Amino acid sequence: MSEMLNVALPKGRLGEKVYSMFEKAGFDCPSIRENNRKLIFENEKSSVRYFWVKPSDVAIYVERGAADLGVAGKDILLEYEPDVYELLDLNIGKCRMAVAAPSDFRDDPSRTLKVATKFSKIAGDFYSSTGRDIDIIHLNGSIEIAPILGLSDVIVDIVETGTTLKENNLEVFETIFPISARLIANKSSFKFKNALCEKVLRELSAQTGRENV
Amino acid sequence: MDFDYSVLDNNERIIYALRSLYSKHGYKKYKMSKFEEYDLYSKNKDFLVSDSVITFTDTNGKLLALKPDVTLSIIKNNRNPEEKLKKLYYNENVYRVSKGSGSFKEIMQAGLECIGDVDDFCIGEVLWLAAESLGRISGDFVLDVSHLDLIAAFTDYTGAGRDVTKQLLKCIGEKNIHGIEALCRENGIEPERSAPLIELVRIYGSAAEVMPRIKELAAAVGAQDAAASLEKSLSIFSGYKDSVKIHIDMSVTDDLKYYNGVVFKGFIKGIPGFVLSGGQYDRLMTRLHNNSRAIGFAVYLDMLEDIGRDEKEYDADTLLVYDGETDLSVIRDCVSREIEAGNTVAAAGSNDGAIRCRRVIGIKANEVTDCE
Repeated sequence: MSEMLNVALPKGRLGEKVYSMFEKAGFDCPSIRENNRKLIFENEKSSVRYFWVKPSDVAIYVERGAADLGVAGKDILLEYEPDVYELLDLNIGKCRMAVAAPSDFRDDPSRTLKVATKFSKIAGDFYSSTGRDIDIIHLNGSIEIAPILGLSDVIVDIVETGTTLKENNLEVFETIFPISARLIANKSSFKFKNALCEKVLRELSAQTGRENV
Repeated sequence: MDFDYSVLDNNERIIYALRSLYSKHGYKKYKMSKFEEYDLYSKNKDFLVSDSVITFTDTNGKLLALKPDVTLSIIKNNRNPEEKLKKLYYNENVYRVSKGSGSFKEIMQAGLECIGDVDDFCIGEVLWLAAESLGRISGDFVLDVSHLDLIAAFTDYTGAGRDVTKQLLKCIGEKNIHGIEALCRENGIEPERSAPLIELVRIYGSAAEVMPRIKELAAAVGAQDAAASLEKSLSIFSGYKDSVKIHIDMSVTDDLKYYNGVVFKGFIKGIPGFVLSGGQYDRLMTRLHNNSRAIGFAVYLDMLEDIGRDEKEYDADTLLVYDGETDLSVIRDCVSREIEAGNTVAAAGSNDGAIRCRRVIGIKANEVTDCE
């Protein structure tokens, strides 16, 4: 049997888009399009095996070598700092990491700023770079309600269209960094499955308009 | 001495193989204390893989630490100016925070340090021993070699300031070309100044394949000396049976405060991260007020647990089940007979199924019966 390339895909719309890019690159696996609850799909002919995993877990699968390649958002890479290669910006899944608060929010620098977020490291790094004293409240979801209920002054979260913020009377006060999906590789796999990894990189680069890789 | 090598587990076999390799090359075994003054680590925190250290107060009030690192101790404890060149190897436990669990872990580490009048051959020999160490672990290995002076020359050529250079180094370590391009764009670095660095980071392959292009690029940025130094170090592999497994990969970087010259990392197929890491650390020596040069590497034995893991089908070849009526000497004789016959044997008062074995022998009132 030829060597298989293991790819961790983020569950959801982004993952489907990414699979289409891999399919176009010659790593097709028709069974993935079947409507079922399976999480692992492989196609020996294309030497590829895909797994659907939670988007925030993709980097762990790749770092630990369960997947050779994966696609993860820049937010996840900055929050967890996995020891992986970040080979390509796929220019999809675009959004931004931002500070949002109720529209009438005025920052009082004499007080500790209460920040609710899923991204404690990113929020910590951002405010420590500005020297602002903050209290991080780590939440796992529904971050938008934290300032409404007085749990926090601001939130640090991903903003895509801003609709959820608007519906909860919040607005973006500052963009921390733009986010997009990145192709990541396990460092060891990149050495031992180099030809396959390079092929994926070359093909996906061409699709994203980066022909010179 | 009667010794059966089959009792060694894979890690123990690797340790003995590495000790034998290093001592054959004139490296002396270095044994150190488990503790070191905390001060040594607090002054060189960035040199450590993790800055968390287990500390405790000694009976005399001194703050001590369980060693998180071996290199710093070796440098500190080897300041004899009479000895021009020291070649030392070790296998020691170190105590570090594990990235996954966030809690402290005891890690077995083997490695070597070459300190003093380190010349080109010493550097080449350490690289060669690194490759041979990987070869002792598995035939499927890759040793990635880079050169920090070369990387520094290319980043200097971009004209980036200190903070941007730090970010560039992070991107280089991630093979993050788009990140380098974005940083250069945001900081007004002209494409012609960043292009050589970008091409350098893209390069990956054996010295024979990629060295000519590296030399051309180095000439363009005035880094001929660094490229020549890398080429010289790698010339030790000329005619080496595994030379195709030695790659040049500029994504191998390290802290420029401590390291310089050749740096390298070793990978084994099937293990997700690097298992060997090393390099020249003349700058660390200077920081520790020691003017000699130094190079070394460590092999992380905790990473090797998954290699050659052969699940044993049986705990022992023979299970000897005795009763309370049997003389102890009869049990002992029966055990000895089995061992002499080349079997491993476990003796127990009952067979509750906890010991997996090929056959069971019963002894009842001094009578031996082969049960299964």
